[in-house]
Parts: sequence; C-alpha cells; structure tokens
Amino acid sequence: MEADAAQNPNPSPVPPPISAYYQTRAEHHAVVSSDWLAHAAAAAAFPGADAAAADAAAPPPSPGVGGVIEEFNFWRRKPEAAEAVAAIMALAAVIRSSRATTMMELEIELKKASDKLKSWDATSISLSAACDLFMRFVTRTSHLEHEKFDAAKSRLIERGEKFGEISLKARKTIAMLSQDFIYDGCTVLVHGYSRVVLEVLKLAASNRKIFRVLCTEGRPDRTGLRMSNELAALSIPVKVLIDSAVAYSMDEVDMVFVGADGVVESGGIINMMGTYQIALVAHSMNKPVYVAAESYKFARLYPLDQKDMTPAHRPIDFGVPVPTGVEVETSARDYTPPQYLTLLLTDLGVLTPSVVSDELIQLYL
Amino acid sequence: MDIRRPPPRSSSGGVEPRFRQVGFVTSSEAEPAPGPAPAASPPAPDGLSTGARSPVMIPPPLIPDHLPAPAPAPESQSFMPSSPPPASSSRLEPVSDLDDDDVDVSWARPPPPALPEPNKRDLTEAKNKDAPTSLSQKPKLSRAERRATQEAQRAAKAAGLKSTAMASDVNTKKSKQPKTAKTSLKKDVTQVNPPVASDKKASEHPPDKDRKKDGPQPRMQFDNVHRVVKAKKCSVVNQSEAQNRVELFRHLPQYAHGTQLPDLESKFFQPDLMHPSVYKVGLQYLSGNISGGNARCVAMLLAFREAINDYSTPAEKILNRDLTAKISSFVSFLIECRPLSISMGNAIRFLKNRITKLPLTLSESEAKASLQSDIDRFINEKIIVADKVIVSHAVTKIRDDDVLLTYGSPSVIEMIFDHAHEVGKRFRVVVVDSRPNLEGQGLLRRLVAKGISCTYTHINAVSYIMHEATRVFLGASSVLSNGTVYSRAGTASVAMVAHAFGVPVLVCCEAYKFHERVQLDSICSNELGDPDAISRVPGGESSSHLKNWADNENLHLLNLKYDITPSDYVSMLITDYGMLPPTSVPVIVREYRREHVWI
Repeated sequence: MEADAAQNPNPSPVPPPISAYYQTRAEHHAVVSSDWLAHAAAAAAFPGADAAAADAAAPPPSPGVGGVIEEFNFWRRKPEAAEAVAAIMALAAVIRSSRATTMMELEIELKKASDKLKSWDATSISLSAACDLFMRFVTRTSHLEHEKFDAAKSRLIERGEKFGEISLKARKTIAMLSQDFIYDGCTVLVHGYSRVVLEVLKLAASNRKIFRVLCTEGRPDRTGLRMSNELAALSIPVKVLIDSAVAYSMDEVDMVFVGADGVVESGGIINMMGTYQIALVAHSMNKPVYVAAESYKFARLYPLDQKDMTPAHRPIDFGVPVPTGVEVETSARDYTPPQYLTLLLTDLGVLTPSVVSDELIQLYL
Repeated sequence: MDIRRPPPRSSSGGVEPRFRQVGFVTSSEAEPAPGPAPAASPPAPDGLSTGARSPVMIPPPLIPDHLPAPAPAPESQSFMPSSPPPASSSRLEPVSDLDDDDVDVSWARPPPPALPEPNKRDLTEAKNKDAPTSLSQKPKLSRAERRATQEAQRAAKAAGLKSTAMASDVNTKKSKQPKTAKTSLKKDVTQVNPPVASDKKASEHPPDKDRKKDGPQPRMQFDNVHRVVKAKKCSVVNQSEAQNRVELFRHLPQYAHGTQLPDLESKFFQPDLMHPSVYKVGLQYLSGNISGGNARCVAMLLAFREAINDYSTPAEKILNRDLTAKISSFVSFLIECRPLSISMGNAIRFLKNRITKLPLTLSESEAKASLQSDIDRFINEKIIVADKVIVSHAVTKIRDDDVLLTYGSPSVIEMIFDHAHEVGKRFRVVVVDSRPNLEGQGLLRRLVAKGISCTYTHINAVSYIMHEATRVFLGASSVLSNGTVYSRAGTASVAMVAHAFGVPVLVCCEAYKFHERVQLDSICSNELGDPDAISRVPGGESSSHLKNWADNENLHLLNLKYDITPSDYVSMLITDYGMLPPTSVPVIVREYRREHVWI
C-alpha cells in the first residue's frame, strides 16, 4: 500500500480524497450534517473519477471485470449489507458473468477484479480482507480441482451467495457469545455506531438483562446519536456523552464495547477515531474492553503505530468556519494496539488478541 | 547458586524430550515397567522434590523407597532434569541444543537401532539389577549415582594406567591417534551388530563408546566433573579450560578460545580424522572467521554436502544408519569448536531426518544426490529466499525520513537497509555497537560506502540516541516458542530502551531459526566467549589494567555471547511467513515442522 502511495506522489491535493468506506457508512447510518452534503458533493468527483481513470487505464478484458465496481456499488448501498459482503457479492457476479473456460482463467479474472475493487477504495479494510478471503477460497479449495469446470463454477457462485447469510449469522453468533459478559446492573460504554454491538445489546435487552449504556457522541458524523436513538427505542437506559467526557465518566463504566473496521494481525483493531483513547482510558482504569467483530474483518495488516496505515479521511463539520491557515486532522480512524484490548468476540469464538494472528496464519499460510 | 538453577533448567524446555526418553528406555529394556509406572502417586511428589534439588546433584536417599520395584531409576530420572541418563553416549554429551534433535531422530527411526543398545554396558547393568540383594545392600545409591561412581573409577583407572590421555582415546571414533580404518570399522560393527560382538570387546575397553544415543541427552552440564572428564577424553579439540570461572555460568562450556589453532592445523592431514571440509569449517568457527547465524549454518551445510559427496558406505553397512552416525560425529566435532547455534541444530535435525527417511531401495549414488539436493534446497528456501521475503516485508515498514536503529551487524538487516536504499527511501541509520566484537563497524563501513547516512555509537549511549530513532531493527539468533528472542548480548537492552521510548522494535528472523524450547532467562543456556576479549583494551599498556586478571582468584570475567529479550519488548517479528506478533511463534513452529521437516 505504501508502495502505491510512493508511486503516485500526489503533491497533497488540497482536500485529501475522502474515504469511500466512511461515506458509505455515513449513508447507511443516515447521518447528514449541515455541510456534509456540500462536502460529499465535492468529494463525489473523486472516487468516480478514480474508477473512470482505472477503467480507461486498463480496458476490461471481459465485461465481468469491468462491472465489478458497479456491482459492488449496487450491493453496498443496501443498508444491512456489510462492505465485505458487498465485495463478495460483486466477485460472485464476476464469476457468474465470466466467460472463462478453465479454472486458471477464472482465477486470473477474479484476481484482476479483486485488485480493482481493492484499489478503488484502499481505505476499507474489510473490503480488502473480504477480497483476499474470497480469493483464498477460490485458489485454496482443493476439491474444486477434481470437478468439472461448470460444477466448480456454480459451487463458487453458490458459496459467494451464502457469504451474505454467513455475515448476518456471524452477528447473531457474536451476540450470543457476548451475553455471558453483560450482567445485571452493569454499565456499558459504547463508541460510535456498530451493527454488531447494537445486535449484542439488543439481544441482551431481549434476554431481560438490566443494564445501562453510555453512548459517546461519535464526532464528526455523530454516529453515537443514532446508536442512542436505537437503544432508547428498545427501552434501554441510555446516556449520551460528548467524546471528551469519556475519562470523566469512566469510573461508572463496567465495560467498554466497541466494534471494529478491521482486526489486524497483531490482534489490535482499526476503528473509528476515538477508540484508541477510550481503550487507553479504560486500560488505565482497569475496565475491560471488548471488541465485537466478524471474522471476515481479520486482515493481514500490521500497523506499527497510528501513522502506519493507509490514511482514510473524512470531512469534519465544526459548526463554525475553520480559521484560515489552520490545519484540520481529518483522519477517520485510529489503531488500538492489542495490549489495550481484553477480548475479541468473534464468530470463531471469544478470542484473546494474540489468537487473531494464529487464525490468520491458518487462513493464509 | 546451585539452589537457584533448577527452576530455569526445568523450564528450559528440556522436559518434554526427557519424558519421551522414559518411554523409550523402559520399552527397549522391556522390563518390569508395569510395576513402577502405574504407581501414579509416587511420581508426582517425586518430581516435586527432585525438582527442588540441584539438577546436577545425584539423587540422594529419596529413591530407596522405590528400590524394591525393579527399575525405579528411569522413573525418577524423568522428573529430574539433568541427572546422568541411564545410557549416555560420551560422544553426544557436548551437544547443547542438539540433543533434542537426536532424540527425535532416534524416535523416528524404526526399531532396529534399538538393538545395539543392550550391549555390554546394559548387560552389566542388567546383571546388577538381577541381583536385588546386592542392590538392597547399598540402597543409598540410585542407578545414576552408581553409574557416576563407576565412571569416576574407570576414569581414574584409565588415567592411572595410561599416562597420556591419548591412549584412552583409542576407543573413540574421533580418536586422535592415527588409529585407522580398521578401528573405525570395528567400531561401526559393534554399533550395528547384536550385543554378543560388542560384549567381547567390553572386557578390554571402557564402555563409553558403546553407549550409543538411544535416548535423549540432557544438555551437558559442565560443572559435572565426571562427565566433563569423560567428554574430554574423546575430544579432538584439546580445549584448555578458562580460569576463574564465573559461578553462575559454570554449567556452560568454558574454554580459552583460539589457542589450539596451530595444534589443530597441524593435524589437518592426519588420515581418518574428520572430513577435511568439516575440519576446515570447524577451525573457522574456532578462530571466529565465520560468525553470524546464517553464515555458520550455510558453511556447515556446505561442508556436510561435500562430506556426503565423498562418502561411500562401508561394507555390511546401511547408508541410512552409517551416514547418520557419521554426521553425528561431525557435529560433535563442530560443537567442540564452538557450541552450535539453534539454527544449526534445526538444520542438522532436518538433514538427519532426511537421511533416516531415505527409502532403502535407493542406490548409494541416488541417495547421495537426493541428500545433496535436499541440502541445496534447504539453503535456498530457508535462508536465501527467506531473507528476500523478509526484506520485502520489512521495506514496507520503512517510511521516508525514518531513523532506523540497529544493533550489531545482522546480515538480514543489512540487506533490508540496502534494499530500502535501492528502492529510494530516504532514511538514516543509527548503528549501535558494543565491545568486544565491534561488528557494527563493518556494517557501518558498508552502509556508508553505499551512500546511506549513518550515525555510529556504542551501546552506552543507546538511551541518548534512542529518542531520535523511529524504528528499531534487530536480528536474532533464534526465536523461542514463548516469543522470546535469543540474540547477541546487548539486544535486550536496546529493545528495552526502545520500548521505554515507545519506538517499535522489529525483529527479523528466518523461520528455520525458530525453536520450540521456552527459555525464561539467559543463564541456563548461553555461550561463553573468551574472557580475554574483554580484558584487552585498545590503547596500549597504560590502559590495560586487567592484564594478569587470571592470577587473581577473586576476579572473574564474564563474556556472555547471547541474551534473551522477552516478547513484551518486541512489537513485531518479520519472518518468511510474513509479519507476525511474537505470540504466533508456536503456530509457525507447528506449521513449519509439519510441512518441511517431518514430511
């Protein structure tokens, strides 16, 4: 990734390209701030232009590969579909429309499509993780080799389509696993809006657990407000905090629940900006930090520090105009090292951070 | 100090093979095992109590309780890290980490090799056992103890009868005397033939050499006088011991290095001593001309390759067995020159495994060709290509304007810097170095010659220079399965300082250097360098205050070669399997073994 960055030395384009991943999230979460629309409109040119440029640069060898982005965009607009699922669906569509006649051809075609998807939005970890996972599945499944090509192809398509269900099922599994951790009378701190965490809390509420939730506001797109809204609808007592009040209220918190954009090889997570500081505060006050994440978010990345990631930017609405000559940190996410996390609740089970790498090794080596 | 040692010993991972030894020994002796084994209650307390004892002490009266049972000794030994094993081969004793390897090899082997085992030694042993009355008369002695005393007596006798040590070497395979093909042939016969043949010889020779490796050896404890004497008798390299040994490290081999070089060089042309290429490599180790984990390992493998090329199976021998024995003798020679590194142990284990797994149907030339290609493949895949992969991973972690700190002169780190420079990254290097080897200077010279901007400092200044660094790149001699990094002494300090400054520490290490052992401190397994190296200070007479340090018995100099860095201080391991947290080492060890060594 860094090599890519080195190859296109963009001499700092005035507004940094806006992360498509976070754009999608914002759309899904229906958070619209006053000048978000303006920014989005301005930004809309970027990814579109990018994709067009990519198309122009490498003429699609087949309609399947060319259409992968459109297919992906179609799927990712669906509110319940995670980005990874959208990617799998798009790749499955590539297989379906492929005119390849051998497994090898199909593989090459898929590789091209997934590379294209990945480069289309380099900021999305789950997208690239899902592409890798699917490629792995195609190249690694040995029994495919012994079948007729058509049978193998239809099996791949079928598997791809199942993936969507698996993703939904993963959330259910995680919610079930995490019920042991939520006990009566506890106070849970959540950060931002995460579908998995919401599922966890929903299930806990339907199990008649009595607990209280503190929601951070989740600036800049105020995803925490949406979270609190949904929780209140389930008649769970909720309190909203501004992001800077985390340390202030940490002593009444019993546990921290966060989602993750990606789980990296060290066992740490990459998540919405602010997760790291919450984890640090929780760690220093000896509160457990639980991460709820589906296993398709496991990515073969290993950031050493905060700056060691592909930057993902998103616009920030300060409510008042930013004085001229002042820089704004627009990074959308941060990296929480594994030593500040207690457990990862995944559909593979409840894992300590160090197990993530073991799972990844088994998956990719 | 003796009191201190046991816990580290038992935690040093030697335990597991020893358990296997028990199984092996009892089954091969095919004896009354059922009796003592199921007596489940005794072993546990036994293990506890012996564990608290010094590993090198001979087990005192506790055993008599078990004596009525026919073969109690192996049982108790299983819990007792380093008491002399029931049947130990003198040749293998100096093995440091290799002994585990031998275990595994012997385990992988089909039953036949167990045959030579009941040779005269075991027979006499068995005779003793068969007379329970004689046993009960002196119940204070465990089997191990009896053996130790026997050996001491024999050693004394041998020393008395034959004034020179050389004379007693006659039996040993690596005999110093121009004892020749005939002896070695005879010797090999005793290995393979059933006990009767060796029994005849038993009367005239002390039995050291017959005790083939039939079980795992605990690591040689050099503070155990009897065994040291024994080991010395059969060594080619006539090492003189260093004086004023440091108490805590008495269990490690301590030699005055380098002094025997002329002596050994003169022996170069003696026939039947050692294959010349192996001999050459041994001398290079001894003189320090080859150093660095990869270089040593490659040199050793190439020497073995050549030796295999020149090898021809003696009459009435099977290549698989004889060549393994041959390699073992080479290895023990190399160990005398310098203790093996863990990476070399792994490579030897790989080679021996390949040899034992050779199909018997292969002709000799085919077998040799296959082994040679295996060695080439190992060097290529596990070292050369692995380094390339590591470099390609590591370069992604170097950003423009980084300041990279390194310690010593690890070969793979140098390759990383070179490659990053070629790719056009802008960075600066801080080379931290330390006495006595000052290897960093070589690295510094090569980097500066390539036009990389460098800073050079000694480890004393590491806390000062660390705040400039943005990444710390370290090499490793080995990575143990708890994530501990075993590396050049001083690495731990650098890693800890970096940790304190919040600088990420990246350890680059090829996966063939991983080892399943767990080690918690740098004491129980380490290597001692030449103490004179620290006493010598550049700057002439006036600054050498330690000139006659050996004369002062209150003065001990310690030149430790390695230390361990706990995994907490390591942010990332870069291996040929990618970038991993140190907690994933066991997974790699598992995968690696399955895929490549135990095929």
